[in-house]
Amino acid sequence: MIKLKVNRKEYNVDVTPDMPLLWVLRDVLGLTGTKFGCGLSQCGACTVHLDGTPIRSCSFPVAAAVGKEITTIEGISENIDHAVQKAWIELQVPQCGYCQSGQIMSAVALLKRIPKPTDADIDAAMQGNLCRCGTYQRIRKAIHRAAELSQA
Amino acid sequence: MQKTSSNINRRNFLRLTGITSAGFIMGLSAKGNNGVPEVANLTNSGLNSLADATEAFELTPFVVIEKSGAITIFNTKPEMGQGVFGAIPSLIAEELEVSMDQITIKQTGGEKKFGGGQSAGGSSSIRSNYNNLRKVGASAREMLVKAASQQWGATVEECYAENAKVFHKPSGKSLSYGDLVEAASKLEVPQSPKLKDPKDFKILEKPMPRPDTPLKVSGKATFGIDVSVPGMVYASVERTPVLGSKLVSFDAAAARKVKGVLHVETSTRTIGIYSYEGVAVIAENYWAALQGRKALKVQWDHQGHDTFNSKTYEQSLRDLAKTEGVVDHTQGDFDKAVAEAPVKVEAFYETPIVSHSPMEPMNCVASWQQGDKLEIWTSTQVPGSIKKDFPKTYGIPEENLTVHTMFNGGGFGRRLYTDFIHDAVQLSKKVGKPVKVIWTREDDTQQGPFRPMTFSAMKGALSADGKAVAFQHKVISPSIDASGRMNYDKTKSDRGMTEGISEQKYEIPNMKNNYVYADLHIPIAAWRSVTSSTLAFAHECFIDEMAVNAKKDPMAFRLELLTKDSDTKNVLLKLKEVSNWDKPLPKGWGRGVAQYEFFAGLGGYVIEVSKKGTGIKIEKIYAVIDLGTVVNPDTVRAQVEGAAVMALTAAIKNGITFEKGQAVQSNFHNNPLVRINEMPPVEVHILANGGPKIKGVGEPGLPPFAPALCNAIFAATGKRIRRLPFDINKV
Ligand code: FES
Ligand code: FES
Repeated sequence: MIKLKVNRKEYNVDVTPDMPLLWVLRDVLGLTGTKFGCGLSQCGACTVHLDGTPIRSCSFPVAAAVGKEITTIEGISENIDHAVQKAWIELQVPQCGYCQSGQIMSAVALLKRIPKPTDADIDAAMQGNLCRCGTYQRIRKAIHRAAELSQA
Repeated sequence: MQKTSSNINRRNFLRLTGITSAGFIMGLSAKGNNGVPEVANLTNSGLNSLADATEAFELTPFVVIEKSGAITIFNTKPEMGQGVFGAIPSLIAEELEVSMDQITIKQTGGEKKFGGGQSAGGSSSIRSNYNNLRKVGASAREMLVKAASQQWGATVEECYAENAKVFHKPSGKSLSYGDLVEAASKLEVPQSPKLKDPKDFKILEKPMPRPDTPLKVSGKATFGIDVSVPGMVYASVERTPVLGSKLVSFDAAAARKVKGVLHVETSTRTIGIYSYEGVAVIAENYWAALQGRKALKVQWDHQGHDTFNSKTYEQSLRDLAKTEGVVDHTQGDFDKAVAEAPVKVEAFYETPIVSHSPMEPMNCVASWQQGDKLEIWTSTQVPGSIKKDFPKTYGIPEENLTVHTMFNGGGFGRRLYTDFIHDAVQLSKKVGKPVKVIWTREDDTQQGPFRPMTFSAMKGALSADGKAVAFQHKVISPSIDASGRMNYDKTKSDRGMTEGISEQKYEIPNMKNNYVYADLHIPIAAWRSVTSSTLAFAHECFIDEMAVNAKKDPMAFRLELLTKDSDTKNVLLKLKEVSNWDKPLPKGWGRGVAQYEFFAGLGGYVIEVSKKGTGIKIEKIYAVIDLGTVVNPDTVRAQVEGAAVMALTAAIKNGITFEKGQAVQSNFHNNPLVRINEMPPVEVHILANGGPKIKGVGEPGLPPFAPALCNAIFAATGKRIRRLPFDINKV
């Protein structure tokens, strides 16, 4: 049994220790907001926070998450009202939406680290998150907007 | 607002919507005059439920209003990012005088009663529904208004509908739709309801927030890959990346020993004329299935395909370019005009094979149940054809199949194909459990279907005063159509592979366009904007080459060839205006223009670039899309912004190449996509002056991007790029 803390809730899961956190979240805990895109740390669709730091859960063995706070897209707000989510809605960022959980988790972590990021900060923090629909220009605007919203 | 993207079967429908005999159901009858659907009331036939009504009369119940006031609108078009989940229902909501917050949207799953158009592709969703669905909403509104006026003893003119209520102007009295449905449903259906004047629109033509956005920023949107049903197991299927190989034998002993592995079974993937055997490992979770798959030992017979490589194949296309092929279109006397012209221009253009790579890998949940009942949950662009074709393939009655259309994590043409769905259906049938098949990114990148390359042999001639007098675009390529059906006819031009080249509006008196067919054993497919995605590059760069040879400004050269009024001319004029085309640029900069008209619609770009070190920096992107009528301008902008990103990826990233019979690329590390730091913003302008014209949105932003970029690079550097992809950091 492996003991995990996800979105402030404790779980005991019976899986092999090398199983990536992504599949534990999705297939075992039913938290499907975190997505599978590449399985190779190349796309960012699987981004979650480990003690507040963004990680690629597809390439992160579950055993290494023991004793840490895991936060997924489901855990960032109760009512879809995190500043980043509000900005994402205001600027109508998502198209297909598949990459957006990962984009949002990367953006939330960025804003925690740098409350008022520059375009260069955004490039550095967000270039690990692919979007095939091409929502990048809205993502950039929405991050700037979220920075404003959280300062207000 | 309540939303769901899964369709609902009859029982669920009743449970979820609680529809009663007094519900008011409006739809389209398939049996109108001249194939024009009639608006129909589906309630006042003494039938007890929507399901009964629709099954009895084969009508399409697009909107249901219940006594409680609840309003359900059905969306028949799969949502893959293009925005139909809100846009299609908004056509009804606008005319019905209800806000988007007052409706529940439900996604259909290919059911007969919702008609034949249950698919998304060809940028056609809005175009094919705009008038019909507005009529449905307007008829319902007129019936509700009439019911209210009768109740009040008032005239219809004294009453109006707003916000799901009918108001009596003189007295200010009002009745809600829920209170009126019983009476309204007994009235005759107006066949020519008065549609709203666009100036009174509250939803259409306004930047409406998409109803699926909140779901997609909270992880709550259910994509195919997120579906879970009781007792479900997970599968990953091993197939050799050497396409065309046959399965000889396999040893599953080690795979079966992996913790969590439950079964090992074979499964056949069918796509177009091809079919590929594979070995599936089925397990308690997907990770275990992947581990089991790695432990398989499989023998393949490559059938000689393991020597196939891009270099040799591309050379064969260049050799084929020397043959005449078949004529696609002629006008005037091309050969004579070239012979007599003082200036002749020739060039050869090449484009790559690329992958679709939607962010959601291919996946499907299928549940084969007792009594040959089948249920499918999947991200697909074609629920209608699944519902129609799968029962035939598997020998079950159509009513035994239920299809749930989930949110698509990108489509781009890949999800027009149902190959991965067959895996799940066969495996579920074999193991007697619901099975979720997920393709790995490697499967997705290497198994195809791919967008084919096209090579283009271009020839043109100019008169002494620098006017284009002759033009030829000869396309050399494999055929998407031939990949899809056995009885492909090589003696005729393949209009799918010459898409748009004979329909450009330039007035050039002598033309001869040809198609040269090339064999290929690899499944190829439509990819967002199909063949225009490659042909526009050759076509519009070559027009630029002609302009250069004529010593004319590329914009002026094009406009000279457009003396008559046309949408193309309007797009170019708009681009000229918004980009300040005639304003000089800083030193080292250049600007390029391109447009392309094809089945999906018409768009164009002006792109400005500058020299930066050894490479090129994109400074500014202006886009114009020609629509006529627009439903959601914000979605239109988003679609063009996204098309530009996809077009840039196809122009400057690796694409797919073959060595030893298999794709060299396997995942995003060697089949990269443009990332946020590489993408400048796109300024989108929409030409929408109303009127009856209505064009597509999802695709026209793609084809003219690469030629505009390469024309700009020529303007900045004098270097003509004739082969994609190219390295933008080394030009
Ligand atoms: S799925 Fe983890 S980075 Fe792509
Ligand atoms: S919104 Fe579709 S992949 Fe990003």
